[in-house]
Amino acid sequence: MITAERKPLEELIEFVRPFKRILLVGCNECVTVCAAGGRKEVGLLASGLKMALLQNGQDIEIREHTLERQCDPEYIDELLPMMDGVEAVMSMACGCGVQEIARRYKDRPVFPAVNTKFMGASERQGEWSERCQGCGNCLLGITGGICPIARCSKRLMNGPCGGSVTGKCEISRDVDCAWQLIWDRLKALGLEEQYLNIIPAKDWRSAGGGGPRKIIREDLAE
Amino acid sequence: MKTESTLEKVLASGNFAVTSECGPPRGALPDKVREKGNYLKGVVDAVNVTDNQTAMVRMSSLAASVLLKQDGLDPLLQMVTRDRNRLAMQADIIGAYSLGINTMLCLSGDHTQFGDHPMAANVHDIDSIQLIQMVKTMRDEGKFQGGADIKGPPKMFIGAAANPFADPFELRVMRLAKKIAAGADFIQTQCIFNIEKFEKWMEGVRARGLHRKCYILAGVTPMKSVGAARYMKNKVPGMDVPAELVERMGAVPKEKQPEEGVNICIEIIERLKKIEGVAGIHIMAIDWEEKVKEIVERAGLFPRPQV
Repeated sequence: MITAERKPLEELIEFVRPFKRILLVGCNECVTVCAAGGRKEVGLLASGLKMALLQNGQDIEIREHTLERQCDPEYIDELLPMMDGVEAVMSMACGCGVQEIARRYKDRPVFPAVNTKFMGASERQGEWSERCQGCGNCLLGITGGICPIARCSKRLMNGPCGGSVTGKCEISRDVDCAWQLIWDRLKALGLEEQYLNIIPAKDWRSAGGGGPRKIIREDLAE
Repeated sequence: MKTESTLEKVLASGNFAVTSECGPPRGALPDKVREKGNYLKGVVDAVNVTDNQTAMVRMSSLAASVLLKQDGLDPLLQMVTRDRNRLAMQADIIGAYSLGINTMLCLSGDHTQFGDHPMAANVHDIDSIQLIQMVKTMRDEGKFQGGADIKGPPKMFIGAAANPFADPFELRVMRLAKKIAAGADFIQTQCIFNIEKFEKWMEGVRARGLHRKCYILAGVTPMKSVGAARYMKNKVPGMDVPAELVERMGAVPKEKQPEEGVNICIEIIERLKKIEGVAGIHIMAIDWEEKVKEIVERAGLFPRPQV
């Protein structure tokens, strides 16, 4: 999923300070799962903002709504009846959701309430780690199911650098060495010799080097 | 011979090679490069010129290499994949060769987190093994990485690094095999203090016959003080300094420690010379270039062969 973290309240207060009525929009997808911008967080942030502004003698009306998905235009339309008199929108979705709202409601400013972080998986309750950088040409089939692009600090595609120590990355004891993990997997699968195959220089066009990316599925297009 | 590299000639003639290194200054101080170069002139077969080592901005490896070349030394251009994409690297390789530099070392580079620009983007368009492949294709096939022909291909003698002390140990020989398959002509290793572990790695190297496919230069570093020994032991990822060496450094008075560090270095070189498959040594005397001549002399490796 796409992970996100809420921005500091102080930053969000500065966004909304000029307005008397805003719409705060959550998303029921990834940001709900990582507890950054779902229904619950919308409620918490709305009261937090109101209280903080009230302390400065400023009254603000915050309408709250959480969409099924903010990255889909059909759900964004749902906001229309709530837009009356709204001066600005604050989105608690990932960057995709923020941009969809900006595209649909062109006459109102839209502010992000979260910092979109990475595509990751849950390690344990309250902890997520990066797993995929969406390079557009998946290598996992030849790297033991562990991605060196997303998980090696130097994005090395042909083995560990000289800083791998007891399974950890040289940048931090809290980061696993991706190549230690890959090697352990190759060993477990009896595929040690596969390591000797050189992975050639990558074509980064599919990773965004070719400009903004797009998928067109003619079979699904109307 | 693949190139005009002095280092290649020394190695091909069967001589035990000696290289050392020069870290360029953090400023426009060409005389500093010349001063360091002066200590190494006639003392070693090639001088590694580091490329923003420890992820700190320094005079470029290419510029410092040219300064050394002008003074009659044989620079060994280091290149890391951290700071530049494949276009920039190929441009610099052609540029370096055009300025008389014919030997280089392909590295991925220290992570930016260790330097003074931790906020900078790590490029890593290609990795060190892909860089080796690219330089070899430029040299042997006269082609850019993108496939187009090069008019005037750069004929580089290609080096790579190996760290026998990093983990996973069992992968380290295979990683060397991969670098050689990619096109490495010679290898310079991480500083060796733990000879037993290095010997074990060399056993693996010989078992795969890698010492016949590539020249292996064993890395050594003279320790200046017990503090430096402790720092390398505890703070540098992938360095293996046995506790007894730290104790030995600590057992002599402070003013005698540099001398003890040099003694240890020479003892290590003597042992390395006896290991089958070691084709030379690489002396990394960090900011201590003035000691290299003494080390080379005392190790019985002076004068250097004229090839």
